[in-house]
Amino acid sequence: MPDAERRMRISPLNRKLLRDLWAMKAQALAIAMVVAAGVAMYVMYLSNFSSLRATRDTYYERQRFADVFASAKRAPMRVATDIAAIPGVSALEARVVATVTLDLPQFDEPASARLVSIPPDRRPRVNDLFLRSGRWIERGHADEVLASEGFVIANNLKPGDRIPAVINGRLRRLTIVGVALSPEFVYTIPPGDLVPDDKRFGILWMDQQALAAAFDMEGGFNDVVLTLAAGAPVGDVIARIDRILEPYGGRGAIPRALQLSNWTVENELSQLQTFGFMLPLIFLLVAAFILNVALTRALALQRPQIAALKALGYDNVAIGWHYLKWAFAIGAAGVLIGIGLGALLGTLIIGLYNSFFRFPVLLFRVPPSVVVGAAGMTLAAASAGALGAVVRAVRVPPAEAMRPEVPARYRRAIFETPIVARQLGTAGRMVLRNLMRHPLRAAASIVGIAFAVAVLMVGLVFTDAIEQLIQTQFWEAERQDVTVTFVEPRDAEARHALERLPGVIAVEPQRSVAVRIRSGHRERYLSITGVPAQPRFKRIVDRNGRPVRLPPSGVVLSLTLANVLGVQPGDTVTLEVLEGHRPNRQVQVTGLVDDILGLSAYMDVSALHQLMREGDVYTGALLLVDANESHRLSSELKATPAVAGAGFKRAIVASFRETMAANMNLTIFVNLLFASIIAFGVVYNAARVSLSERSRELASLRVLGFTRAEISLILLGELALLTLLALPIGWIFGYSLSAAIVSSIDSEVYRFPLYVTRRAVANAFLGIMGAAVVSGLLVRRRLDRLDLVAVLKIRE
Amino acid sequence: MATPLFSVRDLAKVYRMGEVEVHALRQVSLQLGEGQFVVLLGPSGSGKSTLLNIIGGLDVPTSGQVLYRDEDLTQADEAALTAYRRRHVGFVFQFYNLIPSLTAEENVALVTEISEAPMPPPEALALVKLGERRDHFPAQLSGGEQQRVAIARAIAKRPSVLLCDEPTGALDISTGIVVLDALARVNAELGTTTVVITHNAAIASMADRVIRLADGRVSSVEDRTEKLSPQELSW
Repeated sequence: MPDAERRMRISPLNRKLLRDLWAMKAQALAIAMVVAAGVAMYVMYLSNFSSLRATRDTYYERQRFADVFASAKRAPMRVATDIAAIPGVSALEARVVATVTLDLPQFDEPASARLVSIPPDRRPRVNDLFLRSGRWIERGHADEVLASEGFVIANNLKPGDRIPAVINGRLRRLTIVGVALSPEFVYTIPPGDLVPDDKRFGILWMDQQALAAAFDMEGGFNDVVLTLAAGAPVGDVIARIDRILEPYGGRGAIPRALQLSNWTVENELSQLQTFGFMLPLIFLLVAAFILNVALTRALALQRPQIAALKALGYDNVAIGWHYLKWAFAIGAAGVLIGIGLGALLGTLIIGLYNSFFRFPVLLFRVPPSVVVGAAGMTLAAASAGALGAVVRAVRVPPAEAMRPEVPARYRRAIFETPIVARQLGTAGRMVLRNLMRHPLRAAASIVGIAFAVAVLMVGLVFTDAIEQLIQTQFWEAERQDVTVTFVEPRDAEARHALERLPGVIAVEPQRSVAVRIRSGHRERYLSITGVPAQPRFKRIVDRNGRPVRLPPSGVVLSLTLANVLGVQPGDTVTLEVLEGHRPNRQVQVTGLVDDILGLSAYMDVSALHQLMREGDVYTGALLLVDANESHRLSSELKATPAVAGAGFKRAIVASFRETMAANMNLTIFVNLLFASIIAFGVVYNAARVSLSERSRELASLRVLGFTRAEISLILLGELALLTLLALPIGWIFGYSLSAAIVSSIDSEVYRFPLYVTRRAVANAFLGIMGAAVVSGLLVRRRLDRLDLVAVLKIRE
Repeated sequence: MATPLFSVRDLAKVYRMGEVEVHALRQVSLQLGEGQFVVLLGPSGSGKSTLLNIIGGLDVPTSGQVLYRDEDLTQADEAALTAYRRRHVGFVFQFYNLIPSLTAEENVALVTEISEAPMPPPEALALVKLGERRDHFPAQLSGGEQQRVAIARAIAKRPSVLLCDEPTGALDISTGIVVLDALARVNAELGTTTVVITHNAAIASMADRVIRLADGRVSSVEDRTEKLSPQELSW
């Protein structure tokens, strides 16, 4: 094929398109990157959403994840038959569940495990395990266990290894025979903690009879999980289970939606879906706007060419389509880069999920629907951005288009009083009048940069929020060093026993009581914490860390709980105690506390004793200890049968920081990256458009004897002004966006403090100003290369 | 002849236009005296704009020497040329090159702000008979008025030399005459050396010295004793 013929395959108009795009490649790339940032967010969030949802659905279905969970103190096996007979129940597994202390040699502080019984000769009918490696336990081998994968990996264990565990006061060596996962424990947090800690907390599945024997539960159970037939009324089933289990110390049945692991996964899914739509939309709007500005300018320069094309007989549609393709080409580049970037970031985030959530397989996949959605949204944004500019340019009659565009009209700014004008100086006046000539464009630039500020601020605000959470929770509210939980409630003697342990400086006993709290038909299960009149360690604090005084009578509820129950101070609630002789009492709500925990309720400890009609009975204790003795104290606590668990604050805070750091570093990196892209894209385009419109003017100034620095000041001053005006607006956007995210996390499990520090705001401002300076400097380089002679010869 | 303000010796300028070499100036030598009104005449491509740009410090020659008084412009760096333009040169262009966002007076002030002993902007505008329109923006002025603002802007700093590249090229006859009149007055009243590029031979009649260029060389130099006023020119 001759060369010429091959070349003709691309139409001349398309070749023009390619060369025009090439001529404005830096600007086109800057716009494409903003598009790419939006697409990347969309792909990242929604692909993660779809990967996580598909994985969860398959996993839950294959492993027959329970619909209802209930526990009791001890119920005989025949009761399980009664529950199975409830209409709507399709399968049931009655189990023994207990929390025990592990004596892992590598830790000073005791670790703990949840023991869950499984049948040795068959798979559980509900909450079946996924066996990753090793084998199932064998009947008659009482010390064989399956261990949860997270725990095994975190502690570098393998089948065949032995773990020493204190079970009902006796030290036993359990042998890991297999590594397993359960839909019930996709997400686990150690009792009393806020975040997962796979090193210090694991799930161990053990032979039903062996576990029952160890806890004096032969012929009985203390936990039941069940699946329901499709369409079975969950509420009715739960009510009937509660009635059946009540005589056996039932602690109230909960539906799947309130189960911690499932709730966490669901919450993550709903956040992914919300942000996967909201954030990309912001980016695409910004992209559409800068595309519009850039294209309007490019088309103004193309006026003579448009006229020539019309004179040659091209119609408006053909020319319009030609320039529309210009926008689509930039959008398409953005989509391609965005999908790549989104897939990369999505893989990183799935990696993060895999360290929180334990699924048999959680792979990152970009579903075709997400790709189509990203392309569609971008196409829409590009069309919206291009259409106005294209229509305006094409509508001009050819003869008029041949003539240069009418000279720019300027006015004095309304606020330019003689005094102000003198203060401004000539450069200042030029900057101001240029902005006033295109007020909409200036406003849009400001909004664009403000979004960048907001995106960056959100990331930084949350790092500070974590620090604030640690400060409030671990230093203001809980000032003890060690939290001890007893296996069974103990009397005051236990306090003296604890005081005699090595390194213990002071002891504050704790009483908490499991209750069902009710107001009308609304109810929740939780523990009421008894607080001494003069608390030394455990104080009630609001979310800003301010201590709240507890009234001597009545119950104080967290704001979240009060909202769930629909009560206010002065109202009464019903407390159905789920232990001891199970009293039923009407108690007045005497206060609310706006705290960071989800559902919590507090009472004066003597009032709580009175309610329980008991003496000085305690369920745990808070210790102040000598740090030098903590190693010996830990060994003693591990060996104390009455102690179910001991949490050392130092270890908890360290693990909290570590977990949050992994999460936050990635989030901040992503936010910083995207905020820079927006800020750079907006400022760079504004600068390039200004430069193109005013290169002649700036060159004239150079000819008149102005230095490079002086003309840079005029061009860059405009960008600096836009950026400075954007900062306070960005602060408002950032604050609102943070508040929206905080309220989306606001849940019954925990709440996040909205804590916008000056440091976070200052860093966000500095980051954006940095991005603006970089794009300013890039444009300044072009200013230095301004061809003085050539520019004066052209009549624009 | 008066003391030379500029001495140009063996000036040559070669442009590379893609793969073609264009000899814009070939061995040009001439002198411009203090206070003279000089007209550079020549067809398109004769090299007159290149000569003007080099004298004005906007461009550097390929070889040869340009002396402004004792200063060798061909040895000056970018910063020195900027300072030279700032202090000594006033430019007037065919397309005025006013700053559209500044009023007439502000356009003049633009230059007086960075000069050492400028005349007040209203005075410069009065000199070109535009005192009344000082608060108008360029878009509110006619072409001739814009060019007179450009002249006011150029002379407000009291430059040693006023360089005008086709100052009437974009104007009709009657407007052109008003502009030329402004130039003649500046030359007469301030004694500013004025160099006007044109391809309109009629303008030569108002000059002290007429330099003709053709094909990058000086083809003739004519010193005139009888100057006509712009109103007497016949186009």
